Amino acid sequence: MPTDKTSTLDDVVAELRDGMTIGIGGWGSRRKPMALVRAIARSDVKDLTVVTYGGPDLGLLCAAGKVRRAYYGFVSLDSAPFYDPWFAKARTNGEIEVREMDEGMVKCGLEAAAARLPFLPIRAGLGSDVLKFWEGELKTVESPYPDADGRTQTLIAMPALKLDAAFVHLDLADAHGNAAYTGVDPYFDDLYCAAAERRYLETDQIVSTEVLVKTVPHQRLLLNRMNVDRVVHTPNGAHFTFAGEYGRDEKFQQFYVASAKEPDTWETFSRRFLQVDEETYQREVSAWQDEQKEDGQ
Amino acid sequence: MSTVESQAPAEVSRAEYCVISCADIFSGAGEIMASPMAPVPLLGARLARLTTEPDLLITDGEALIFADTPGIGKSGPIEGWMPFRKVFDVVASGRRHVVMGANQIDRYGNQNLSAFGPLQKPTRQMFGVRGAPGNTINHPTSYWVPRHSARVFGDSVDIVSGVGFDKVDPANPAFDDLDIHRVVTNLGVFDFGGADHTMRALSLHPGVTADEVAENTGFEIEGLADAPETRQPTAEELSLIRDVLDPRGVRNKEVR
Repeated sequence: MPTDKTSTLDDVVAELRDGMTIGIGGWGSRRKPMALVRAIARSDVKDLTVVTYGGPDLGLLCAAGKVRRAYYGFVSLDSAPFYDPWFAKARTNGEIEVREMDEGMVKCGLEAAAARLPFLPIRAGLGSDVLKFWEGELKTVESPYPDADGRTQTLIAMPALKLDAAFVHLDLADAHGNAAYTGVDPYFDDLYCAAAERRYLETDQIVSTEVLVKTVPHQRLLLNRMNVDRVVHTPNGAHFTFAGEYGRDEKFQQFYVASAKEPDTWETFSRRFLQVDEETYQREVSAWQDEQKEDGQ
Repeated sequence: MSTVESQAPAEVSRAEYCVISCADIFSGAGEIMASPMAPVPLLGARLARLTTEPDLLITDGEALIFADTPGIGKSGPIEGWMPFRKVFDVVASGRRHVVMGANQIDRYGNQNLSAFGPLQKPTRQMFGVRGAPGNTINHPTSYWVPRHSARVFGDSVDIVSGVGFDKVDPANPAFDDLDIHRVVTNLGVFDFGGADHTMRALSLHPGVTADEVAENTGFEIEGLADAPETRQPTAEELSLIRDVLDPRGVRNKEVR
């Protein structure tokens, strides 16, 4: 019988170290491992370097002052008002050092790390200010093979985005780390896991291996046991981003943005939804949703 | 924005000229993926697909390739799968034409949608560079600007996310596919066919004067004084826009 990797959020937090480079799966405000992000945000860890297709995950970690450096292709909430308020504050205050890059360069850097290569060549980035964002850390590489016309291609040498830890949310998993997505897009969660030393999977449902493989077509089995160290059962864990069985909580995401505007509204938000454990968070979100319905009547 | 309405046939709206101008972006594109990033270019791409460019691939903006050409906001039968990771494969293949928005565009086609101000301490944060560097270096790219102003079209951009023609290294073939094809705005249609690949006027929408464009642009646009009027839509195009693709008039919210 393979190892049972089921763990608690506290087990994961106990493994965090200051200064870690962490990768966060999902995309924008889509299938983000928000339960794990909330656990990191309320932990004592600091000075993180975050690699992400950013959304409210990066926003919440900025709000909690956890981010020293960020590597990202974009940061978006995917619906109005689109720009994450806490990421914007961290940027305009100069609180984080960024290595902004083309979206395709994130995929390329994770693929290089997954294949244990120091870099992979890519066109994206050439001629743009991405090179300036990287302040000398990003270099080019010349092809040893000239083109037919005798000229030689010089390309961006995208460095491997090696991660100390990866955090991903999949809709369905077994206790050993086999896991599947059920929506339209796998995003890049397998690449994040393949690029990382320690791999943390949160999931809405833990089922037996037999049930897992019968529930989804084989092509949806994105992660296997080799790529996962801990499995955390987090029903509705991707909230307020969307995941397999639930949509994005647009109203709550707007409430998150509105709450970021003033220190007192953020304090209220933070006390109710962030300085609490995951169980309390989910209970308070349900209560908040009921309050909205009552207000709407 | 002040316009001389009498010069335009009253029945064709400014937004409709913008839609057909966006459709014309895809003339001769063939069997590639059309990736419009806003309502008016989305209507343009779908209009092109329903008229002269039936082989275009279009998606639902999420992960599915449409078999049919549904109206804006509508769904329909699909013909394939295009999750984000496969989009990057398409970008690298070159078989795509994207129409992006822009917070800033300069006379050489450099574009910014990332942030305003210094790189590490901006004054205003937007999206970051997104796919703009990869799009512009790999395949045809056009821009859609619903409010043409000197703030958008200024001397220089704060952050180069989309690569312009003055960044090209002719000795490096990796730049060979840079092709900033069109800029469509609420005032007219432009390209970078001016001297040294600078911005040039191809047509002004009926009712728009050269002075109006000049007042709203921070640099000189080549050919502005001689630019003809944007063509008229055909009856078929008007019917497709009004009855099939955008019966609720989403286009009029983007172009007032």
